[in-house]
Amino acid sequence: MSDTAENHHDSHPPKYYVKIWGFLLVLLVISLVGPELGIKWLTLITAFGIALVKAGMVCAYFMHMNIEKKYVWYILTATLLLLLVMFTGLAPDIMKPTGQNWENIYHEPTAEEWNAEQDAHGHGDGHAEDAHGDGGH
Amino acid sequence: MSHSVPIATTRSATGIPTSRLAVWWILASEVVIFGGLITCYLLFRLHHEAWGYEAAYTKAWAGGLNTFVLLTSSLFIVLAHQAAENKQTDKSFKYIWYTIGGGLIFMMVKAYEYTSEISHGFTLTKSVFWSFYYTATGLHGFHVLAGMVIMAIISFDVKKGKNLHRVECIGIYWHFVDVVWIFLFPLLYIAK
Repeated sequence: MSDTAENHHDSHPPKYYVKIWGFLLVLLVISLVGPELGIKWLTLITAFGIALVKAGMVCAYFMHMNIEKKYVWYILTATLLLLLVMFTGLAPDIMKPTGQNWENIYHEPTAEEWNAEQDAHGHGDGHAEDAHGDGGH
Repeated sequence: MSHSVPIATTRSATGIPTSRLAVWWILASEVVIFGGLITCYLLFRLHHEAWGYEAAYTKAWAGGLNTFVLLTSSLFIVLAHQAAENKQTDKSFKYIWYTIGGGLIFMMVKAYEYTSEISHGFTLTKSVFWSFYYTATGLHGFHVLAGMVIMAIISFDVKKGKNLHRVECIGIYWHFVDVVWIFLFPLLYIAK
């Protein structure tokens, strides 16, 4: 058996991959610039929407999943389903702040309270409001 | 001297070479590990506004630089795979080491970030956000390091023209490490 006989035969010229890399870099720039505009829904799209596109492109073109056998898709889909099971199992416990037999003693700090605590402990040199809505970081 | 290959490496009921199939199984377990971490982070992050205050202290430019570095190293390893397919062993060797260089730059930027964060008091035990930050990026960094070591080991075989199929296997692993970072980047550096 040849070392590469059963591997993907890559007939694309290097330019093909450089083009994909260039497109990925354009997406990276958009994901960095998006939050600077300070529009929350736009940040969600430019950060997480573009992350999905970037990941999809790396999987499809660099990992060659676009030409991979169906078994690989079965394996990966099964793991994603396991994650969904975990998510649905954990979500009620984490997201529900009240219950009949327990008391929630956690207090979510406001930006002012959080800043005061940081100042008291000498952490960092910025404040929480710098990070909100206006894209500052 | 006759050279026999273990039967498990030649048999392929799926039509996928055994070595590549093994890498996909490894990645399936990695999906659960990193996916579990990211899922938990999302659940807590959606519920706790204060995590956004903490995230304001991560350096977006450093995360962006590391994304650029990993994307570029992914390009190098796919070019190394292509060169190996064409039996251009020297070229493949060169691109593998470019990829290792990318991993090294990534680790240096991460070390700078850790140093800066820890010196400002943002340690592993400061809050749940920082616990997650160090766990996720630390585990990811460990995978980068492991990839670099494996690439260094296989590169010398590649130079001799042996076991060229391993370039594709390590490439798939390296791209996965890249994909994990693509998700960690907006979660830890952009969503503030």
